[in-house]
Amino acid sequence: MQSSTFAPWEDPDAKPLIRFKNVTKRFGEFTAIDNLTLDIFEREFFALLGPSGCGKTTMMRMLAGFETATEGVIELAGQDIAPVPPNKRAVNMMFQSYALFPHLSVWDNIAFGLRRDSKSKDEIKARVEEMLRLVRLEKFAHRKPHQISGGQRQRVALARSLAKAPKLLLLDEPLGALDKKLRQDTQFELMDIQEKTGTTFVIVTHDQEEAMTVASRVAVMDQGQLMQVATPDRIYETPNSVYVADFIGDVNIIEGRATPEGEDGYHIDWAEGQPALTAKSSAKFDKGQKCHLAIRPEKVAISAERPADAANAVQGRVHDIAYLGNLSTYYVELADGSIIKAQTSNTRRISRRSFTWEDTVWLSWTATAGVLLAN
Amino acid sequence: MRRFLLIAIPYAWLLVLFLVPFAIVLKISLSDAAIARPPYFPQFDWAEGIMAFVRELDFENFIFLTEDDLYWKAYLSSLKIALTATVLTLVAGYPIAYAMARAPEEWRPTLMMLVILPFWTSFLIRVYAWMGILSNEGYLNQILLWTGIISEPLTILNTNTAVYIGIVYTYLPFMILPIYSALDRLDGSLIEAAEDLGCSRAQAFWLVTIPLSRPGIIAGCFLVFIPVLGEFVIPSLLGGSGTLMIGKVLWEEFFSNRDWPVASAVAVVLLLILVVPIVLFQRNQQKQAEAEK
Ligand SMILES: Nc1ncnc2c1ncn2[C@@H]1O[C@H](COP(=O)(O)OP(=O)(O)OP(=O)(O)O)[C@@H](O)[C@H]1O
Ligand SMILES: [Mg+2]
Repeated sequence: MQSSTFAPWEDPDAKPLIRFKNVTKRFGEFTAIDNLTLDIFEREFFALLGPSGCGKTTMMRMLAGFETATEGVIELAGQDIAPVPPNKRAVNMMFQSYALFPHLSVWDNIAFGLRRDSKSKDEIKARVEEMLRLVRLEKFAHRKPHQISGGQRQRVALARSLAKAPKLLLLDEPLGALDKKLRQDTQFELMDIQEKTGTTFVIVTHDQEEAMTVASRVAVMDQGQLMQVATPDRIYETPNSVYVADFIGDVNIIEGRATPEGEDGYHIDWAEGQPALTAKSSAKFDKGQKCHLAIRPEKVAISAERPADAANAVQGRVHDIAYLGNLSTYYVELADGSIIKAQTSNTRRISRRSFTWEDTVWLSWTATAGVLLAN
Repeated sequence: MRRFLLIAIPYAWLLVLFLVPFAIVLKISLSDAAIARPPYFPQFDWAEGIMAFVRELDFENFIFLTEDDLYWKAYLSSLKIALTATVLTLVAGYPIAYAMARAPEEWRPTLMMLVILPFWTSFLIRVYAWMGILSNEGYLNQILLWTGIISEPLTILNTNTAVYIGIVYTYLPFMILPIYSALDRLDGSLIEAAEDLGCSRAQAFWLVTIPLSRPGIIAGCFLVFIPVLGEFVIPSLLGGSGTLMIGKVLWEEFFSNRDWPVASAVAVVLLLILVVPIVLFQRNQQKQAEAEK
């Protein structure tokens, strides 16, 4: 999104706002965060993505001050934050469980943090009302948390964490309970707030589309480790491992053996009786090395005839069709029984689509469509 | 029919165990003392009919209660002792409940057991044991003398101090258990959220923990206050001649003076006083139940 102009992570002189240096966090025997090193820069909108239990919340809690790293150092603006208690950190967190105070009204929940700083009554009132407007809860200001819906509670939690305009805002799955429309609105609202206030956001999400929409950079985690940290488009287009490719979006993984050919081209032998595939890769593979070709379904074209100039073409039979409204995904079964997904946009009405179940079709893609991965 | 039974059972219970005894006591309180057996008059006589019986009843004994200042002083003194004892029990019980709620999960059943354990022995024996501890030659004075903290034995037994010690000791579990159950349900992330929003530990305790344990505090206070107001055993055994409590007065009227009608009047007034906290207590319980829904 902003990556063309805003990319401090590419600047070797840029000072990160947050720096994890070889941070390990253990709970007893269990390692939740495993020797993790990461820089997050000021004004970034940083998304943490990963399966349940991979340590996202633990990272947030270490930043907020509720957990201390077992090993390693976490710096905030160049300062080791280990000795700073949570209430002294310019960090606010929106809890995964919301943690709204049940004995206080929505209004008082949002005002709670403001009252801790010696602010005047009028200032607090103005700020709370601004926050209520932002999350569209003006009408619910005097209700108690148990008198509003789950999505409304989530918005109260969001408003409460935003109210103090912290330097760093930690959002642990902030939008999970919202419906799609409100979620998108809130996403844009968050991006807007971020641009206006210059706050640095770290957001945990299970929704990769959300991560793609809002984030300046995305970190994909697994079992306490960072698998890849990059801008959303790079994560999507050039994942560095099968794990990342598989985690983000839909993907076809074809396993084979590489044979170098020319400058950066490779032949991939992948199945008995099938022609070798060709792919370009900047990563180096030895002759006969095992490799995985990852291709996004939307980069695979489907046609009745073999396209004359295609670098890669395989024949198969339509096994299943998933109709997604704007898109259709065709599950095409090859002669060896493996399935390759191809996605096309539905520009015509469904009754007039060209292929149906059991049709024999050709799948084709270019040499640069896929990414060649070692593991 | 089933619905009738469902409603009838609690009402029958109330009738047999509360209203009938209360009616009997009320009737005695409206009678006159007599040297007879039972020691009051009139007795109900089928031959004379109910009207003749009712005509004999009057409010003399209640008027007597207002005339002799012993009674209202005893009521006031009981209220004062009950209030003070409730505050003391709260001060002692809250930290214990708090510590229990923060103890490691696996210890909690054991701690709970320890709180309830004293109930397994007779209440009377435990109060007698306190006499052994608090008397002039008791263990407490022996230890204090032996360690040299004091040179003269302290007079604790037969003073109000001993009564407070006895009450706090006896009623502590009633304070601890409701507070503990409120604290146990308190979500730890609320404290974290408070700290995250700029509270110190102490502020978070004051602004979040205390308000959220309030229903437990209120319940505990009533559970202590209500029975202590009419407490009789502890002031009789541990208190001195200066300890004035209505329960003790009541006992003396019944058994020393054998003036059942006055004693019954004392009991009826005590019950009327207790109606206020009991209703408040019910309200608190109901409100809490609604909040949890
Ligand atoms: N206090 C704790 N004691 C022991 N283990 C813990 C503790 N907190 C977290 N863990 C473990 O650490 C791992 C990471 O937990 P964490 O809450 O960070 O996961 P997460 O990535 O946020 O998952 P989710 O997406 O489900 O919220 C989990 O396996 C969890 O069981
Ligand atoms: Mg989590």
